[in-house]
Amino acid sequence: MARWSMVIDLDKCVACQGCSIACRAENNTPAVAPDQAQLGRAMRWNDVFPLPVNSSEETGVYPNVTTRYIPRPCMHCENPPCIRVCPVGATFKNSEGIVEQNYARCIGCRFCTVGCPYGVRYFNWHKAAWEAPMEQHLNPDRVEDPGLLEGPAVRPLGVVEKCTYCIHRLKKAQAQAEAENRPFRPDDYVPACVQTCTGKARFFGDMDDPDSTVSRMIKSTRAFRVLEEVGTSPKTIYLREG
Amino acid sequence: MALTYHPYNKNESVILDPLLRRVTARDLILWGGLLILFGLGVYAYLTQWFSGLGETGLGRPVYWGLYITNFVFFIGLAHSGTFISAILRLAGAGWRKPLTRAAEAITLFSLPFGVGSILIDMGRSDRVLNIIFFGRFQSPLLWDISAVSLYLFSSIVFFYLSLLPDIALCRDRLTNVPAWWQKMYRLLSLGWTGRPEQFERLEKVLDGMAIFMTLLVVTVHTVVSWVFGMTVQPGWHTALIGPFFLVGAIFSGTAAVVIVLALLRRVYHMENVLPVNLFNYLRKLLIVFTVAWLYMMLAEFLTTGYGNLADEMPVLWQKFTGDFALLFWTMGITVFILPIIIFIFLGKNNIGWMVVACISVNIGMWIERFLVIVPTETRPRFVSSLMDGFANYRPTWVEIAITIGLFSGLALLYLIFTRFFPIIPIWETTEDSETVLLTSENHA
Repeated sequence: MARWSMVIDLDKCVACQGCSIACRAENNTPAVAPDQAQLGRAMRWNDVFPLPVNSSEETGVYPNVTTRYIPRPCMHCENPPCIRVCPVGATFKNSEGIVEQNYARCIGCRFCTVGCPYGVRYFNWHKAAWEAPMEQHLNPDRVEDPGLLEGPAVRPLGVVEKCTYCIHRLKKAQAQAEAENRPFRPDDYVPACVQTCTGKARFFGDMDDPDSTVSRMIKSTRAFRVLEEVGTSPKTIYLREG
Repeated sequence: MALTYHPYNKNESVILDPLLRRVTARDLILWGGLLILFGLGVYAYLTQWFSGLGETGLGRPVYWGLYITNFVFFIGLAHSGTFISAILRLAGAGWRKPLTRAAEAITLFSLPFGVGSILIDMGRSDRVLNIIFFGRFQSPLLWDISAVSLYLFSSIVFFYLSLLPDIALCRDRLTNVPAWWQKMYRLLSLGWTGRPEQFERLEKVLDGMAIFMTLLVVTVHTVVSWVFGMTVQPGWHTALIGPFFLVGAIFSGTAAVVIVLALLRRVYHMENVLPVNLFNYLRKLLIVFTVAWLYMMLAEFLTTGYGNLADEMPVLWQKFTGDFALLFWTMGITVFILPIIIFIFLGKNNIGWMVVACISVNIGMWIERFLVIVPTETRPRFVSSLMDGFANYRPTWVEIAITIGLFSGLALLYLIFTRFFPIIPIWETTEDSETVLLTSENHA
């Protein structure tokens, strides 16, 4: 069984935010009105923002400044603080290490959102809405079972949502392999942000396979994880610039 | 025809007076006013129910605000009763007797509002039963739910048991009240006849339960704090948060008892039943709690500030000099400086000053709860600080109306209770309840 991991090479990232747009289209994350965005209600499963985020770090005074950007999907931690605090098991780590979110079970207590040190979880403050004609072009994919609703399915009001490494793409690829009566290969599937990345900065694969691209990149001396000291052990791993 | 006994209490008529009072225009205005405020809260909640939590001022990263503050505050308020009646019972402090029921009623009535606050805060309160169907004990929220519901259930039993002899007394004494009222007393008194062995058994059960309730006081508020303490967030993840919450809870609870007692004493003319020296006892306790609160405060902030960790300091500065500085220093004045001066120099034999200090303490403790919760959320480790409106939490009218509604509901419930049941325990405040069983009456 695979253990999915994403590697983002910051040397190659041009901060174009193509990943954010691809994610939005793929996963049906609604765009919110500017006044709502100002209240911090914008949905950005994949965000791209300048570093440092911690105001105590020096960035210099103009014109002697340094600018660095970081794209941020879910970290898919091996030890996720969000899952520990969920009272109903609406968020859980599957056998392939992906942190999933079940919109059909979430009670909207937002314990996971305050528990996540990376701020990757988003809450549906209002009913999701799209301007015409965008609402006619939603991604029809969804992951559904009795008592389970995941993936790009339009989220009901009052539940939490997040990046799932495009779980529906994984399910689809696995179903296709089964239909074609062949074993599923890890390279059958990549999330939308990886597929679209302009600078080819994103890599995706099975970190348990020592020969996979991600496994080899993780061994690089440039590899680091965000907030390593918190002990969450993310599977989204970065390669430092330089 | 069963013979029933009731211990003789020379203040009985004073204590029963509120039950026999006519409903005056002033009563109606007060109840009506509270009901309207409560209704406003209900209206605000319905608005939120239909259009979502977007009606609040919450967002990202401030996911929790006023509702969670209210939750913590109400549960804290609830600690008054159990502290007074259970812990002081174990300690054998006889002076507690007249005020036990008034304090326990605060416990009993604030708990549902605490639980209600959690439900109001949920994005999908319609799915609340998922907690039972799919509950995971790894989540501190489940600890909370277990602890608070156990606390609520035990409080009801504890409260009801100590009320039992007085319900029976009402049944026998208040023969002129409407029939349904009589029937309610008859049903609720469970055939209590007041024989000595009944009193003996009752005392035994109450003593036993007091031990259990004391354990619950400690557990419940510690567990409430762990909702924050168990996360890895700066400012929340500290071992001190449990004891700190507990001290704060008992502090605000005891202060609330003073306010309620002073009101009862004045409105129901209970000067002889609630003598000024009761307030002097409470004053001494409150001085201890005020100092204990300061001790906790210093222990927490000195450790954080001295350690100077990069993640923790932004939260600390948010409180000291940042967006929450005004609230923070107001809290310092209202919880510590003002009350300690009043308690030590002005409060002795002076109920007016005691009430002023205790109102100040409760306002301050509400602010303290808010300051534990919100500043941490405004300085997360890894959320882009360039985001528009970053961490700019302003509660909306919906949140404020619901908050006012909850407090009005609590006051209303309390007021109505005092008109149906004796708010001072009659059987516990007799001169010598064990031996003197003078009056007996027949009842059908």
